Amino acid sequence: MSLMPSIINGASMGAIYRLIAMGLTLIFGTMRVTNFAHGAMLMLSMITAYSVWAATGINPYLLIVIIGPLMFFVGYATQLFLIRPVLKAESDKNDPIGVLLLTAGFSIVLENLALMIFGADYRMAQTDFSNTVFTFGRTSLSAPRLYGLIITLVVSALLWAFLQCTEPGRQLRATGQDRNTAALMGINSEQTFAVAFGISTALLAVAGLVLLPFYYVTPSVGNVFQTRAFIVVVLGGLGSVPGALVGGIIIGLIETVAAQFMTASVTSVLIYLVFLIVLFVKPSGLFGTPFH
Amino acid sequence: MSKLLEIEGVCSGYGDVKVLHDINLYVEEGEILSVVGANGAGKTTLMRTISGQLPTTAGEIRFMGEAVNHLPAYKIAERGIIQVPEGRRLFPYMTVHENLLIGSTMKHVRASREKNLQYIYQLLPRLKERERQVASTLSGGEQQMLAIGRALMENPRILMLDEPSLGLSPLLVSTVFELVQTIAKAGTTVLLVEQNVKQALKISSRAYVLENGVVAMNGPSSELIDNPYVKKAFLGL
Repeated sequence: MSLMPSIINGASMGAIYRLIAMGLTLIFGTMRVTNFAHGAMLMLSMITAYSVWAATGINPYLLIVIIGPLMFFVGYATQLFLIRPVLKAESDKNDPIGVLLLTAGFSIVLENLALMIFGADYRMAQTDFSNTVFTFGRTSLSAPRLYGLIITLVVSALLWAFLQCTEPGRQLRATGQDRNTAALMGINSEQTFAVAFGISTALLAVAGLVLLPFYYVTPSVGNVFQTRAFIVVVLGGLGSVPGALVGGIIIGLIETVAAQFMTASVTSVLIYLVFLIVLFVKPSGLFGTPFH
Repeated sequence: MSKLLEIEGVCSGYGDVKVLHDINLYVEEGEILSVVGANGAGKTTLMRTISGQLPTTAGEIRFMGEAVNHLPAYKIAERGIIQVPEGRRLFPYMTVHENLLIGSTMKHVRASREKNLQYIYQLLPRLKERERQVASTLSGGEQQMLAIGRALMENPRILMLDEPSLGLSPLLVSTVFELVQTIAKAGTTVLLVEQNVKQALKISSRAYVLENGVVAMNGPSSELIDNPYVKKAFLGL
C-alpha cells in the first residue's frame, strides 16, 4: 500500500485548513477578536459560489475573481457596521465578551438564513474534472485536490507578500503589534481592522471555491472547518502566520495518513490528542510567543 | 515668534479619575519647551491628551490656530503633531528598517521617505548598522534612538518627547539630550517632557513645572534653574 496519495491529499486538505486558519489568525492578530462566524462565512461563500456555478456553469476556479472581491466587501462591511460599534462600546472593558457573543450570534443567523433559502440538502458541484484522477506510476491523485493544493499555496504566498512588502500590509502588522502606537504613526486602526476582516473573508472565498468541486455544500459545512481552523490556529500559536502554516499541514496529514490505518472517527480523536500534547508541552502553541 | 501649539484650560484624565486640571500652556515655533515634574504629576497624561489618545473634558487645544482636541489620534498625527511615547513603544517584531518605514506610512510623508531615511541613518549611524535587526533585540539606548528616528520619519511640525532619558545610562542620557538639540537646531519645534529636570532646563528656552495635575510655575528655563523652590524640590540643592 502506497502512502503517497494520502500524503498529497493530506497536504491539500491541510493547505485549505491553513488558508481558513490564516483568515482567523489575521483577525485575531490585528484586532484581538475571535471570530466565531468564520465557519459561517465560509459556508456563505461556498453557497454563493455553488449558486453562481449552478446558474452559469463557469469553472469554480475562475469564479475566484468574482466571489473573492465580493466576500472582501462582505467582510469589510461586517467589520464596519456590525463589529465596530460593539468594539467601540466595550473599548474601556478589560475583558470584552460582547464581540464574541456577536460573532457567535451572527453565525447562527447566517446558518439559519442559509437553511431557509438554500435548504438542508447536501449538494456538490459536479464539474467535469471533479472525478478526474492523475496517475503517476502506481500512485493516483484526485485532480481537484491537486489543483486546490496549488491554488491555496499560491494564495498563501500572495498573502505573505502582501503582509511583508506592501504599505497596507505593514500597517496591518503594526496595528496588530501595538494599535495605540500605530495611531501615532497616522494609521487609522478602524480602517485597518476592516481591511483585515475583508482579507480574511476573501481568503474564505478562495477556500470555499477550492473545496467546491470535491466537497459537499450544506448550511452546516462551516462547523467542521471552523473547529479545524481553531485547532490549527491554537496549535500553531495564536496570531502567528507561520504557525498557521505548519499547524494546517500537521492536521491535514494526521487526518488522511491516519485514515489509512484506522477508522475516520478515530482519526479525529488522534487530532485532538496531538493538539492536547502540544498544548501540554508548549501552551502558547508551536510558534506562539509566551503569554505575559 | 508665533504660537504653534496652545493649550487653554484643559482638563483630562482616565474615566472618572481626573488628572489634569485647567492646564494653560503654549509652545512657540522653533523653541524647545520643557514640561518637568515629579512622577505622577500628569506629564504623560498631558502628552496623551495632546496626541488624542485621551479625550479632553474641558478646554481647548489649538494647533496653528485650529482646535484639534476632538480629532482622533491618527488625524492629529497627520497634522504633524508627533509623539515619541514613554517607553519607546517600538513595533517589537519589526526590523529597524521596517519601524522607520512605518513612520512614513502617511500619504503626505511618503514622498520624503528616502530623503528622511538617509538623514536619519546619517544622524544615527547605529541604526544603519542594525538595519535588519528586529527592534526588540536592540539595547535601551538604541531603542530610544529608533523611536526618535521613527518620529522624524513623520516630518513633525512639533516633536513631543515623553521621558526620552528614562532608563538610560548617564552617558546615553547626554547623547539623547544632544540629539534633541540637534533636531531643534535643524528647525523642528520640540516639546520635551522630562523627570531629569536639570538637563531639561539646560537645553530648553522655557519650561512649565507640573505638580499634581496643575501648572505650578512657568518661565524662562534660565530663571527656573535658579529658582529656590525648583532647586530644592527637583535639583537636590
